[in-house]
Amino acid sequence: MAIFGPKYNQVGVSLPGVAGKVDSPAFDAIGVEHVDALVRGCAVLGAGGGGDAYMFKIMAELALSETGPVPLVSLDDLPDDGIILPLAMVGAPMVFAEKILSGFEGLTLKAAIEDALGREAVAVMAPEIGGGNGVLPLAWAARLGLPYTDADGMGRAYPTIPMTTMHLAGLPVSPAVIVDARDNVLRFDTCDNFWAERLVRGSTTQMGAMTSSVLYPMTAADARRSTVIGSVSKALRVGSLLVYGTEGVSRAVDELDAVVLSVGRVVDIERRIEYGWVRGSLTVEGSGDFRGRLLHIEIQNENLVALEDGKVMASVPDIITVLETESGVVISTDRLRYGQRITVIGFAADPIWRTPAGLAVGGPRAMGYDFDFVPIEEIHAHA
Amino acid sequence: MPSSRDLRIGIDVGGTNTDAVIVDSRDRPVAKHKVPTTPDVTTGIQQALVGVLGDVPDARRRVSHVMVGTTHATNAILQGSELDRVAVLRIATPVRSAIPPLVTWPASLRARVEVGSLIVRGGHEFDRTETAPLDEDAIRRFAFDVGGRGSAIAVTSMFSPVSDVHELRAEEILREELGHGVKVSLSHELGSLGLIERESATVLNAALGTVATSVAKAIHDAVGAQGLTAETLFAQNDGTLMTVDYAERFPVLTIGSGPANSIRGAAYLSGRTEGLVIDIGGTSTDVGVLVNGFPRQSISGARVGGVATNFRTPDLMSVALGGGSIVAGSPASVRVGPDSVGYRLEQEALVFGGATLTMTDAAVAAGRAAIGDGWSPNGLDHALLSAAIARSDEMLADIVDRAKASRADVPLIAVGGGSILIADHIPGVSEVIRPEHFDVANAIGAAVASVSGEYEGVLYHGSRKRPELLEQATARATERAIAAGADPKRVEVVEIEEVPIGYLTDTALRVRVKVVGPLPEGVDEC
Repeated sequence: MAIFGPKYNQVGVSLPGVAGKVDSPAFDAIGVEHVDALVRGCAVLGAGGGGDAYMFKIMAELALSETGPVPLVSLDDLPDDGIILPLAMVGAPMVFAEKILSGFEGLTLKAAIEDALGREAVAVMAPEIGGGNGVLPLAWAARLGLPYTDADGMGRAYPTIPMTTMHLAGLPVSPAVIVDARDNVLRFDTCDNFWAERLVRGSTTQMGAMTSSVLYPMTAADARRSTVIGSVSKALRVGSLLVYGTEGVSRAVDELDAVVLSVGRVVDIERRIEYGWVRGSLTVEGSGDFRGRLLHIEIQNENLVALEDGKVMASVPDIITVLETESGVVISTDRLRYGQRITVIGFAADPIWRTPAGLAVGGPRAMGYDFDFVPIEEIHAHA
Repeated sequence: MPSSRDLRIGIDVGGTNTDAVIVDSRDRPVAKHKVPTTPDVTTGIQQALVGVLGDVPDARRRVSHVMVGTTHATNAILQGSELDRVAVLRIATPVRSAIPPLVTWPASLRARVEVGSLIVRGGHEFDRTETAPLDEDAIRRFAFDVGGRGSAIAVTSMFSPVSDVHELRAEEILREELGHGVKVSLSHELGSLGLIERESATVLNAALGTVATSVAKAIHDAVGAQGLTAETLFAQNDGTLMTVDYAERFPVLTIGSGPANSIRGAAYLSGRTEGLVIDIGGTSTDVGVLVNGFPRQSISGARVGGVATNFRTPDLMSVALGGGSIVAGSPASVRVGPDSVGYRLEQEALVFGGATLTMTDAAVAAGRAAIGDGWSPNGLDHALLSAAIARSDEMLADIVDRAKASRADVPLIAVGGGSILIADHIPGVSEVIRPEHFDVANAIGAAVASVSGEYEGVLYHGSRKRPELLEQATARATERAIAAGADPKRVEVVEIEEVPIGYLTDTALRVRVKVVGPLPEGVDEC
């Protein structure tokens, strides 16, 4: 029946004048016409995780259609001692679909941080570019009248608060602030970043399983040495290519300098939820150039390891993303299904994740696998 | 000897045809009739009814129930016609919302339906905690503002599938202010979590009030005009039935009943409870999944007339290929569909003496069906039709594979008038089952359906209250099944789905319980 649309990723709010295509390669501002590209690009960087951006996409489009474009700024253009606000949603994605934000949570968070630090915030940043948390801070930035920083704290998606480049650089999560739907405002000054994860998540559960947060507030000078630079414009570039379907996938592969790990179909999917984490595995049967080959992907919220005949073809912290071959739409780990026609790509994580300190927090052993990380370009050097 | 009321009629309105069947007290089809679907839908239903009644002696006296799967509600939304105006009340905190009611709707449909909307303070958390007390004064002011405009009201409260108290209180206040006749749709009666989609479904439901009443009356009249005193029931999107009263309250639930009927009919005709069902019509093919005798429901909600909703319809893979699909191109590069001759197949296809190459001709040329008295195509057409059947085999094998849940071979039940296209051997399929009466499986699905009720809520995993809450969820689903017309003595739980809620320190579960029961026996009295 024609009235039923596609099976997944029905992200879309129809606003007049939204073409969904971006022709300009450089971005100095993000307007309503760029939101679709940003959503697609953040999904690619999300490695299959990071949460669904559906609600946040609508929020961002509505906010930008009222406020006009939000400037996208480089950290280099911000004053050294200006405060950067890394804003994110913490909690259960299922709850995000029921408790609609006001869109003005950023005002409360900004005031609380300015009060704590005694200095003015100059820009908003996404602590996590992958998935919905790369899109939502843009909506808040629009309502705050602040620019969006072309940087983030992961360059991908990770499930916990200490899994950030700011943590690797020795910056504290504190003072962290969270706010809920009743306007309860909590400020955290914790002994370390692991306690921040524990206390923020525990409080969030008590506050209705969803809070708006500012984590790792820092100066622009600190942000320059502790973040993944250029991740928003990267998401926009990749996302704007993906609106062209199959052809877009190959252009996005070039843009990311990615390795195509398989083109084929899902022949096996096993998935379960343990303590709030999606775990499982996926098997892809290759077709075309990949005929006769099976790729196996291990999943824990994100796609973590790709294996072929027991050999690692790519692994975390490098980014493994699954796209629908025909449409170029990213398929997140919770939407994988038997029979989908997919393209699996892998590309390099930010270099900081490949350092010993980075691997200790976000590498294969930190995720429970018994092998050492090898960069994807080395694995495929002779291919 | 047949008892006085031993027959039931099933009617299914499809895009191309409206089908009617009569089944006996043991669910055996005894008559069937097919007519083209009419633009107003009702005329086609009347014609199908007249046709099928003519085939069984004394049928008018013997029919106890008429089960109808209709597309009136879908058409009303797609055409934006006959819709009621709706005042939209959302109960949520904060009241300032980044996504106000209906902003995601197509502008023309929104303009036609919405008379005004307001967000008032209140709502609950996933754990049933009250987020904020209900702002009753704001609701009274809202009633005063919209009261004079004669509209229906749709009420949606935050986490109402978990706690319905604010929606129920809001309804009381609205009735106090506007009188008991005011039409109110409450979101917790319609659906699952996801406020924006549930709100949209509730507004659509409220907007369909007049359509529902007029359809109920039209079908009641059509049944009465045939001298029947049978009870009418409506098919809903999960392959079960509801009473006319229930359908008038929840008209949106009729949307998507066609595919559900066909899957249920295929299950009944084949005697299978697991497998794939392929329904090939004149223009398109749907493949659904049969699980435990019922259609597998989609994960994401259905989109109706450009509106994202949260009601779950059968999970289908579809392709524009059917018995009437037009074959074009050359043998080296053949094109099949999406254009179709539709219900004009018997005038236009070569096999019927027409001048258009269709997939039905290709199936006959390939020896898969014997239609047209030894007709065979000329050499040029034959090469093209051979290429077409090969192309169609690929397309069908592809969607069958996509619809599967796993790699294992599964049986495939083929129904619908176009199912002659299907080959006997398909990769990944253990056997192709072609049941008798395959061409009216959808109407049979309506005729043999039972009645269901569903409840969805959130539970804490490991909490001592879990069995108690599960029991409560089951009781609510049972209540709804009985309200929809099920026999209270024979209801049973057919599905309990528990979905863990991620990223929480205390793991909670979303639970959905579905209860199904047959129609009460002893209908002679009614």
